[in-house]
Amino acid sequence: MRLDQINKGQRFLIVSIPDKQISTQAIRLGIYEGAKLACVYKLPAGPVVIQNGMQEIAIGRGLARKIEIEPLDKGDAGQCSAII
Amino acid sequence: MQCHNMTEKIDINKDAKKIVLVGNPNVGKSVFFNALTGAYVDVSNFPGTTVDISSGRYKDMVVMDTPGVYGVSSFNDEERVARDVILYADIILNVVDTLHLERDLFLTQQIIDMGKPVIVALNMMDEVKKNGLEIDIDKLSQELGVPVIPTVAVKGEGIEKVKEALAHCARPGNRLPIVEENLQTVRHMVDEDSEALLVLEEDENVIARHHISGIKGLREQIYQARRTRVDEIVKKVMRQTNRGASFSVKLGRWMLSPLTGIPILIVVLWLVYEFIGVFVAQTVVEWTEGLIMGEYYYNFIMDLLEPILGTESFLAQLLIGEFGILTMTPVYVFGLLLPLVVGFYFVLSIMEDSGYLPRVAVLTDRSLNSLGLNGRAIIPIILGFGCVTMATITTRILGSRRERFIATMLLGLAIPCSAQLGVIAGLLGPLGIQMTALYVLVIVIVFALAGTLLNRVVPGKSTDLIIDLPLLRLPRIGNVLKKTYVKSKAFITEAGPLFLLGAVIISVLQYTGILDVIANGFAPITEGFLKLPRETAVAFIMGIIRRDFGAAGLNDMVSQGLLNPSQVLVALIAITLFVPCIAAVMVIFKERTWKEALLIWLGSFAISFLTAGIVAQIIV
Repeated sequence: MRLDQINKGQRFLIVSIPDKQISTQAIRLGIYEGAKLACVYKLPAGPVVIQNGMQEIAIGRGLARKIEIEPLDKGDAGQCSAII
Repeated sequence: MQCHNMTEKIDINKDAKKIVLVGNPNVGKSVFFNALTGAYVDVSNFPGTTVDISSGRYKDMVVMDTPGVYGVSSFNDEERVARDVILYADIILNVVDTLHLERDLFLTQQIIDMGKPVIVALNMMDEVKKNGLEIDIDKLSQELGVPVIPTVAVKGEGIEKVKEALAHCARPGNRLPIVEENLQTVRHMVDEDSEALLVLEEDENVIARHHISGIKGLREQIYQARRTRVDEIVKKVMRQTNRGASFSVKLGRWMLSPLTGIPILIVVLWLVYEFIGVFVAQTVVEWTEGLIMGEYYYNFIMDLLEPILGTESFLAQLLIGEFGILTMTPVYVFGLLLPLVVGFYFVLSIMEDSGYLPRVAVLTDRSLNSLGLNGRAIIPIILGFGCVTMATITTRILGSRRERFIATMLLGLAIPCSAQLGVIAGLLGPLGIQMTALYVLVIVIVFALAGTLLNRVVPGKSTDLIIDLPLLRLPRIGNVLKKTYVKSKAFITEAGPLFLLGAVIISVLQYTGILDVIANGFAPITEGFLKLPRETAVAFIMGIIRRDFGAAGLNDMVSQGLLNPSQVLVALIAITLFVPCIAAVMVIFKERTWKEALLIWLGSFAISFLTAGIVAQIIV
């Protein structure tokens, strides 16, 4: 599944970020292969806003399409593993 | 980069210890900087960049500020400058935004991995409770291995403790095991531990400087380990006590959602218009351009030089003529442009510091995508309504050459700058709502069509948006003013000489009669295709010198009754789409390659006349 297909409120695990240049920048914002994050908002056909703790990051739809993810159950590691 | 130890450029005692302030963007570094250094601050520009570094003194030590960055490497100008200051620091004061620990500690851990003695100032502690968080500061200090001091810098809380700690307590922290294990393999190739880390992290500049080759870098592994470590630390030290979303979180969400975000954006733009378009462009400019520069300064220069130079000679034309470098240029640059540019940067700094700007970028990302741009491009577009020259310089922030080209073309083509906007609004007003709507419609269509088309034909790939959305905050006025000052000054020093050169070129063209020849050459197009009187060509030529001159020229013709309403509309469309002023053209040539700049320049000529011509054939 790709990040652009995620639903609002859904938690997910990042499986792969193909672009090297992007992944080195993204890792600083908490987005990396293996990170567990949540989608807090999706603009219609626009960027996907994801959350890592108190941190919110917006990702353009085009990039979101390239990021492979795996949805997580709501119960998995609580609602917000980055904080607790 | 010839001289890699940039810190030597600042005139200091070589033995003095260097305290370097490091932090992510907007964490309040400058408050610490001011508290440490007081009034004696030296701002220096880094060669080849638009990045300024402030330095000052604290006791017998030198304090240096760095641009806000998310990490030390070479992704952009800010990072390269910050890297070169950080690499050779003696003590690091790392300012951390407590609400963004996951983000900020990544940089902290990297500095610790460099082996530098560090003090961490855990800033904005007052917002921690408000957001229902709890932080174990002792635990954080223990995990990092460096002193951590809670502060609320804007209220002065904790600053004294930071000052005390700087003198005695800074110490190297706990490195990542992967760094510890591998550092020695490259340590002998460089001068400092900090450089060794960046060699391991595959920083191309540091590697090139030390003529190193054939190293197997570990960037990915180290970044991954650092990320994991930071998330682990945050989990250990931070606890959420309640989950109630605060008002600022809700407001932030409303700004993003199109349903609420677009109305909010419209209100904000209206406020900006009231401030810049009405207050600055009319009230302030009337005073600065009309009175101070246009009357006091102008009369002073004329009284001084006219008796010596006369009015007819070439020198007189060049210095104090219609486009003189001592008359028109300073009156224009300081009387008209400066207030507008200051106004725009003031507004932009407020939007940036409050956290609104990134949200506008997200909101507009989708629409800009279809023009081959991403949300970030909204910044030069907003600035373009202030001054296209300034906006063109700002296209540097865009991620690829393709985006910079498209944005520059759109700015030159379809964004009327504030100097022009006032006169255009004045001309459209009496024509009524229908004509005004038609004007806006034509410009918007050209903008959208040109962008869509460029997106199809320009080769290459545009970058995607990836942007950090900070919590909304009330901006600090001191910070806003400082940013406004630094950016406005940079603009005037960069664009001022171009305006001067432009004025010289035009004076020469006028004195030699070439200007008339060009105006006459335009006549067939003006009369035949655009169905406008011959004299309109002169107004168009004036528009090249100063965009508002062109519009003002039309204004004169209207008051003489030379143009009917449909003709006014055609002329306004032509002059809006027409090439930007000569300074903007020069910036375009400076920023882009010759080929690209020529294409932009001639392209906007062609499109402007074509569009105006088509409208003329339909309505006149």
